[in-house]
Amino acid sequence: MTHLLELRDLHVDFHTRDGVARVLNGVSFHVDAGETLALLGESGSGKSVTAQAIMGILDTPPAAVRAGQILYEGRDLLTLPEDGRRALRGAGIAMVFQDALSALNPVFTVGWQIAEALRVRQGLTRSAARQRAVELMERVKIPGAQSRVHDYPHQFSGGMRQRVMIAMALALNPKVLIADEPTTALDVTVQAQIMDLLMELKAQLGMALILITHDLGVVASVADRIAVMYAGRIVEEAGVYDLYRQPAHPYTRALLESIPRPRGDGQALKAIKGLPPNLLRVPPGCPFHPRCPVELPVCREVLPPPVSLVPQRYSACHRAQEVLDGRV
Amino acid sequence: MAASESGASTTPLLEVRNLVRHFPIERGAVLRRVTGQVRAVDDVSFSLGRGETLGIVGESGCGKSTLARLLLRLDQPTSGKVLLEGRDVHAMRGAELTEFRRCVQMVMQDPYTSLNPRMTVGDILREPFEIHPEALPKRARADRVRELLDLVGLNPEYINRYPHQFSGGQRQRIGIARALALDPRIVVCDEPVSALDVSIQAQVINLLDKLQARLGLSYIFIAHDLSVVRHISDRVAVMYLGRIVETGSVEDIYDHPAHPYTQALLSAAPVPDPLQRDASRMIRLEGDVPSPANPPSGCRFRTRCWKAQPLCAAEEPQLLPHREDAASQLSACHFA
Repeated sequence: MTHLLELRDLHVDFHTRDGVARVLNGVSFHVDAGETLALLGESGSGKSVTAQAIMGILDTPPAAVRAGQILYEGRDLLTLPEDGRRALRGAGIAMVFQDALSALNPVFTVGWQIAEALRVRQGLTRSAARQRAVELMERVKIPGAQSRVHDYPHQFSGGMRQRVMIAMALALNPKVLIADEPTTALDVTVQAQIMDLLMELKAQLGMALILITHDLGVVASVADRIAVMYAGRIVEEAGVYDLYRQPAHPYTRALLESIPRPRGDGQALKAIKGLPPNLLRVPPGCPFHPRCPVELPVCREVLPPPVSLVPQRYSACHRAQEVLDGRV
Repeated sequence: MAASESGASTTPLLEVRNLVRHFPIERGAVLRRVTGQVRAVDDVSFSLGRGETLGIVGESGCGKSTLARLLLRLDQPTSGKVLLEGRDVHAMRGAELTEFRRCVQMVMQDPYTSLNPRMTVGDILREPFEIHPEALPKRARADRVRELLDLVGLNPEYINRYPHQFSGGQRQRIGIARALALDPRIVVCDEPVSALDVSIQAQVINLLDKLQARLGLSYIFIAHDLSVVRHISDRVAVMYLGRIVETGSVEDIYDHPAHPYTQALLSAAPVPDPLQRDASRMIRLEGDVPSPANPPSGCRFRTRCWKAQPLCAAEEPQLLPHREDAASQLSACHFA
């Protein structure tokens, strides 16, 4: 079966002054229409680079795709000519960026920016494009869209600016929407509004949603499936209920244990020792082994491949089955 | 510790009484005139006991950071008082003020911008003693710096390294060591873990917990992450548009929130448990926080509140106890 979007063994390097940073080391996942996949990871784990590689907006150089495939409806985007990729950008796959204030152009009205893709790509006239921009602003529930279409980004609050970003991403009716930390810069009550809006739009439009985040709370409340990233690899992939109930990778388990629980009893938190690896010098074997509480000698030498434990569940750990069963 | 505890029953360590800070809004380049006031902190009162942690939560623009600056005497209040063991902090002069500066310290939010990139860790940790030379004789300082590094879990051999050679979590440890250099009694932590990764946050929170137990510190812990505040605090104050809308023990606030804003805030916070998905979707606030330059009349929360009645626009609710079995829990709501 062809998936809507599928990544196969994607490798991305960054050529820096200090050497080659191996930022993505074989990322594979897929997402289908109507589904929400969360890419969960800490800074430097490769979440945003994955998104940029899919969109084709990596800065090359310093970045270079070393190997792998990005299949959209069965076609490999990495072998498409730039014209072909451009045609898919926005119309096939669109992206919502984290920081709406710096992603929007301060000298154009939001209406002009939302309508830009419609004028350039669909050849709409200015007035038709503006009308469509108003509709998009209404769709993302910006009050008074008709008059606010002429406002500039600085005249909007943080939450409203993020709505403008979402309206822009929806302009060409994409089938896949990538949201890169869409609520991280926002306050808690506004965060909830934006996540609700994204989920509602996803359901209405039948899009696939790839949600990139570091927030275990956001993931738990919206995702269908989760791919946990560490040092440029997906270390565990599972359905959201399975993953939170029974993690199958020591990193996932450690992450879940390190956050304060709403029903916490004031006990010391279980912190993960050490630091994420420097991508210029990823340790041999399993990249998590220096921080792993259940490390074996083999972990220092052999990179564990992702293994399927039960259908639809993968873990890249030599002791995956033991971790899953709670034996270690 | 015994000496300070004898006075505990009478005066709290730190007390804030009707604190107000308004910032004037000015118009005109040559003839400046004041056209309004931003009411950043508007009549805030609370107290902090010895060895206690008071968590302050609220969204951006609610006045948390202005409040922190007032507590540290980095800013002068428009009116109201901050009392350290009964003495007015903003009236202090000379030696008394110097002692206050040693007594109250701060840990800042961003470990990347709050450390001078051109100073080594040793320089950074020695600087407090240059400002307060009476705190420690010169010959004892090198040992004290090593002791501080050890205390926050950093290798004392790192003394000659520069901030850029450390990770975010390690830098925050340096910031904590700097705050502890002069043996303070109160540490104001303004979002101390929000810039850190999840796996590193727990390390820093555990460190703050450990230091409090070992050194008998009192914390003012300002944060927007409700579960972090719950973990570390004894009491919590919830702020909205420059006011405390609800305050009480951690159990009161998290298990029996009485103010609609507290309820909404707790309900909006994503819970890291997919089984609670539906339970956490109860209350959704509409719109954004209004401008503190022009807050709504009466209750400031009424424009976003689902319980709002005409009374809320006419009359400002006072912080009062509402539950019989929890006299310490105060809520500013007519319908709490």
